[in-house]
Amino acid sequence: MSTPGTKHDFEPKIIAFVCTWCTYAGADLAGTSRMQYPANVRLLKFPCTGRIDPIFILKAFQQGADGVLVSGCHPGDCHYIAGNFHARRRFAAFRKLLEFVGVDLNRLQFSWVSAAEGGKWVEVVTELTERVRCMGPMLEFKELALEEQWSGKLDSLELQEAYNQIQV
Amino acid sequence: MSRIGVFVCHCGENISRTVDVERVAAEVGKLPGVALATDYKYMCSDPGQGLLKKAIAEQRLSHVVVAACSPRMHERTFRKAVESAGINPFLCEMANIREHCSWVHDNREEATEKAIEIVGMMVERVKRNRALPAITVPVTKRSLIIGGGIAGIQAALDIADAGHEVVLVEREPSIGGHMAQLSETFPTLDCSQCIMTPRMVDVANHPRITLHSYSEVEHVEGYIGNFQVTIRKKARSVDEKKCTGCGVCIEKCPIRKIPNKFDCNLGMRPAIYIPFPQAVPNTPVIDRESCAMFKSGKCGLCKKVCGPGAVDYEQEDRLIVEPVGAIVVATGFDLYDITEKPKGSQIKGYGEFGHGRIPDVIDGMTFERLASASGPTGGRILRPSDGREPKQIVFIQCVGSRAREKGISYCSKVCCMYTAKQTMLYHHKVHDGQAYVFFMDARTPGKSYDEFWRRSIEEEEAVYIRGMVSRLYQKGDKIVVMGSDIAVGVQVEIEADMVVLATAVQPRSGADILAQKLGISYDKYHFYSEAHAKLRPVECATAGIYLAGACQGPKDIPDTVSQASAAAAKVMTLFAREKLEREPIVARVREAGCVGCFYCRKVCAYGAIEEKEIRDRQGNLIKVVAYVNPGVCGGCGTCQATCPSKSVELDGYTDEQIVAMIEAL
Ligand SMILES: Cc1cc2nc3c(=O)[nH]c(=O)nc-3n(C[C@H](O)[C@H](O)[C@H](O)COP(=O)(O)OP(=O)(O)OC[C@H]3O[C@@H](n4cnc5c(N)ncnc54)[C@H](O)[C@@H]3O)c2cc1C
Ligand code: SF4
Ligand code: SF4
Repeated sequence: MSTPGTKHDFEPKIIAFVCTWCTYAGADLAGTSRMQYPANVRLLKFPCTGRIDPIFILKAFQQGADGVLVSGCHPGDCHYIAGNFHARRRFAAFRKLLEFVGVDLNRLQFSWVSAAEGGKWVEVVTELTERVRCMGPMLEFKELALEEQWSGKLDSLELQEAYNQIQV
Repeated sequence: MSRIGVFVCHCGENISRTVDVERVAAEVGKLPGVALATDYKYMCSDPGQGLLKKAIAEQRLSHVVVAACSPRMHERTFRKAVESAGINPFLCEMANIREHCSWVHDNREEATEKAIEIVGMMVERVKRNRALPAITVPVTKRSLIIGGGIAGIQAALDIADAGHEVVLVEREPSIGGHMAQLSETFPTLDCSQCIMTPRMVDVANHPRITLHSYSEVEHVEGYIGNFQVTIRKKARSVDEKKCTGCGVCIEKCPIRKIPNKFDCNLGMRPAIYIPFPQAVPNTPVIDRESCAMFKSGKCGLCKKVCGPGAVDYEQEDRLIVEPVGAIVVATGFDLYDITEKPKGSQIKGYGEFGHGRIPDVIDGMTFERLASASGPTGGRILRPSDGREPKQIVFIQCVGSRAREKGISYCSKVCCMYTAKQTMLYHHKVHDGQAYVFFMDARTPGKSYDEFWRRSIEEEEAVYIRGMVSRLYQKGDKIVVMGSDIAVGVQVEIEADMVVLATAVQPRSGADILAQKLGISYDKYHFYSEAHAKLRPVECATAGIYLAGACQGPKDIPDTVSQASAAAAKVMTLFAREKLEREPIVARVREAGCVGCFYCRKVCAYGAIEEKEIRDRQGNLIKVVAYVNPGVCGGCGTCQATCPSKSVELDGYTDEQIVAMIEAL
């Protein structure tokens, strides 16, 4: 564990998508209780985790996030009855897809943090920050964008084969 | 081009201690669209708000970002302030640089960087906010009450006395609930019937109360101020309007040996019956499962003897729709039953107490019926097995309650007190008898409660044994009670004539089904959940639905009545307004893009998505698209994340806004 405030070689960028009723309020509680955690995280508030489109996660990674956190109310506590159940299903499927395209799932964390769990918020954020710090910067998407999209090179055998098949 | 004003608050030193507020203002001032960026010591103070309003006028600001505390703290304050300066309140946003920044980080450099990004993100967001008009909905000033126990009765009378119409739905043939079954009530020992029945009659006679007994809520639609409730009136087989309540049918019915549920199956009733003499309404009902006419088509006696011709074998269930503006749920409780439970049930039975197969082991409610002057024994305490008076009686508390291994860890709250009461009633009726009580603790926090409990020991000679009972079994005509006295540290064995179990108070079976119809939440035991345990104890999180009585958690009569009156007061507060204003953050469908797949409808927990037909000028149907009813939409945005064609958008949380915020980081 790092002590908050110490500078490291690599400061990861963490984007958190949270619901307003539980996790946002939990983060507020961490504040009113003057708990300390790494300053790497930026919060985006949603009415409900049900509103969070997986596209936003991709967008965050593309935009330079090294880690993404999605957090909402505990199952059964949704302010909107069942939004978080839909979110849970959606993200379960989405994780599979991300894994398939080669994103290390350790960079993407889902958690339930209630309005009463300021301490849990601090734990989740600290853990994710530390973990991603150890993993180093997320390069996959950026390299993808740079090399594959713009270079037009067919430098691997598989790519060359695939290309040849298109030719036929 | 927008002219955004950014106001960075110092919060005394709460923010400025770790965040360089001047630098934040200077950096944010460079962002496109920002016309003014400034800082001030206390933005929420009067002069702070004055500064904001003045700047709006002088700088012709179009949008505002206040970088200060959490929006949960002061969003309303600042939205009101901008509104008074002529800007739509939804064009004002807060950037949380206190709870989410200055208070949780101590490195000034890092905290300042973070604050700049947080404010920048909110600038990008507010730029894309739409001015939202207030949504108002009319209020139907009638209320529905579900459950006619003391809770429902109290709430109904309060609301009706305040001048509003009430629809009371009771599942059983009569209102009254458990309180109608009680003999005398702690802590004053008034006769329950004597205080209860006048209230029941008031309900029946009240000009503004419509009572649907033997009825259930079938379906609920709508939202606060505007619910449409479908009620199923089960076929009573007796016309309520024609029946005079003479009771001749009941006398003449030849099928007489049906255990009477109201008397905890101690007494018998005929196939056509009223549950108890003071029932409201006092219209009989035919129990079709026992009636000879329904079983074999042979009988018809009651119809023959009924003077006014009220008996109607052909009557069918009827569905009626009642429009109401508020709903009070008062469905009460059931008692834990110790018989063997089906596999997989979280609640276990009590094999060690004979699974309910020892006839003289009864529960507290059965004792109430025995002790009741209008009960099956006329108020004499007699054993169900042989009708003899028990001379040694053992009461066991906490049966099912506070017993995690049995599936329930809460305290049922009323058992300590009613057990004390029952030892007194026993002593009053069986002077030469002895009562023993096995208990874990005596929980008596209530006005005059501890004094009452002490009286049962000091004046009424009940012997209290602190400890648990491990086993009960029949030996001859006695019941052997094996337990331990942990105060003295010895095993105790008592040969009792009767054992009374203070079984746990549980939610109604099927409480979850009703909750799903209403869209309210419940805890793991199925007690209904209040919106806030301390500050909103009688409201549900679902607007316009309120809770009263034991359906929310175990309660005695004084607590039940207080909560019922509180719920009624909440309903009256709602009815004091002609129209309701609600947060206008709702979803809207872009009809051009909608392909009518209605995936949104599948995920919308509020049932807000309707169908809308799009026709050309000749009136030919082009397509059917989704339409979000703004009165019903809860504003969660689940539909938006689900829509495959991205054709539904939640105001204030559009894809464009969120992507712009991510890009700002
Ligand atoms: C053995 C015993 C002794 C007690 N003695 C005392 C005492 O001496 N003093 C005291 O203060 N308290 C006592 N209590 C507690 C008291 O019984 C409760 O506080 C009180 O009955 C709670 O009232 P209620 O209206 O919430 O629930 P209930 O009395 O259970 O009434 C609920 C009503 O709702 C109806 N209903 C249920 N589901 C539906 C549905 N889906 N649709 C329509 N209607 C429905 C039921 O038929 C019932 O009429 C005792 C409790 C027990 C178990
Ligand atoms: S606006 Fe918020 S941060 Fe500023 S002084 Fe008021 S409470 Fe403090
Ligand atoms: S925002 Fe939520 S409540 Fe509103 S229509 Fe969409 S899914 Fe239903």
